[in-house]
Amino acid sequence: MKGFLRKDGRKGIRNRLLVVSLVECASFVAKRIVETCDFPDVELIGFSGCAPNDYALHLLEKLCTHSNVGGVLLVSLGCENMDREFLYKKILDSGRPVRLLVIQENGGTNKSVAIGKKMIEEVKNGMNYDSVDFDFSDLIIGTICGGSDATSGLTANPVIGMTFDNLLDRGATCIFEEPGELVGCEYFLADRAMDKNLKKNIIRTINKAEHYYDVMGHDSFSAGNAEGGITTIEEKSLGSYSKSGTHAIDGILYPGINPPQAGLYLLDVIPDGPVKWGFPNINDNSEIMELIACGVHLILFSTGRGTVVGSAISPVLKVCANPITYKNMSDDMDIDCGGIITKTEQFQDVCQNLLSYIEQVCAGKQTCSERLGHKEFYIGYKKFDMKC
Amino acid sequence: MYSDYILLHPNDNVIVALKNYSQGEKIRFGSKEIVLTSRIEFGHKIAIQKIAGGDAILKYGYPIGRAICDINPGDWVHTQNLISNLKNMK
Repeated sequence: MKGFLRKDGRKGIRNRLLVVSLVECASFVAKRIVETCDFPDVELIGFSGCAPNDYALHLLEKLCTHSNVGGVLLVSLGCENMDREFLYKKILDSGRPVRLLVIQENGGTNKSVAIGKKMIEEVKNGMNYDSVDFDFSDLIIGTICGGSDATSGLTANPVIGMTFDNLLDRGATCIFEEPGELVGCEYFLADRAMDKNLKKNIIRTINKAEHYYDVMGHDSFSAGNAEGGITTIEEKSLGSYSKSGTHAIDGILYPGINPPQAGLYLLDVIPDGPVKWGFPNINDNSEIMELIACGVHLILFSTGRGTVVGSAISPVLKVCANPITYKNMSDDMDIDCGGIITKTEQFQDVCQNLLSYIEQVCAGKQTCSERLGHKEFYIGYKKFDMKC
Repeated sequence: MYSDYILLHPNDNVIVALKNYSQGEKIRFGSKEIVLTSRIEFGHKIAIQKIAGGDAILKYGYPIGRAICDINPGDWVHTQNLISNLKNMK
């Protein structure tokens, strides 16, 4: 495997050039710069809101200084509340080439696009392209599920769990998430906590999620679940929980907090304080961005019904639980777990396939979503008490 | 050896059907032969041992609730004989 060494000692598996729109009003210019640029690793991310939000600023800082990112162009309208000088300084301090384009100070759309294109060239020329060896002990990997069905908890999720166990044995860092899908598992999770304090925090985190969803009127158990053979809420949650494998849990992370050391972590995506700004997981890409902001190099996406999304910054690797879905959407699916159901493949063999595929992706092989050009991103408004 | 069911954890007392089974069908589980006492659909649970009323049903190696009556090997395990341990369960 090969990586790109950054000033802070971390290594990335990709070398992206990010164009970052700091408010919706700057997004057209930012998008136009990306579209008219012939460098394949240029990607667009951004925050659309104008009102200030500490979480969004913190997330953008962590994304711009992610180990998969080699250089950054910030695109600002000029009057938005996002603290562009703070971001610029943080990126500069991280040793990455960075440019700041303020549309109001550069003569509007056409002139800003032209200047932005020149700035991209400067950033590109300032980036480091030397590769170094990359080991599993350098890897931070995350997992999420979306478009789940009855097969998710039978094949893809346990396959990811076993892969997490294998990766942890090799010194990697693994992150699972969505406390809302772990309601009913809080005591099983707490039993795997490294210490008493973490035990308490895990239970508090899951209770917070349960309360948040209660207020939002969200019901996690549907009639379709029972038809598919799921009887209880703890059984449904365990299907999702099985993605976390069996290792001891080393800690809880919040969006934008890097794991302090190698190990297994739960990412808490549920905001603190009173319920506001809507659902905590508004779409899968919001969770993917939060995982990436914790330093995740690569995302294992478990799906039964099928999903097509990828992401800016870090590759998304689809682990397909359902053999029928795999057949229908094979262009989008990286790993087929359906053989466990059709009895053409053993569980262990699928886990081995996934592990060697991860190794190839870390060595530069494109995932399906990368090959298809998926570069979705999403950052919303949130509030967390914990900050770096 | 491939089979039409999956045991998700060695400690489990249920397996999950990977096909639609008919009533009376026999399945081989290790050295045991289990006769299915009802029709059991894909994705649903089958008891592989005797489970007394009140005992935990184990799937993924963890309790997913408790038996509300005695369950025999080959029984379909679902809402009629299994209840959540969480008080807020509908």
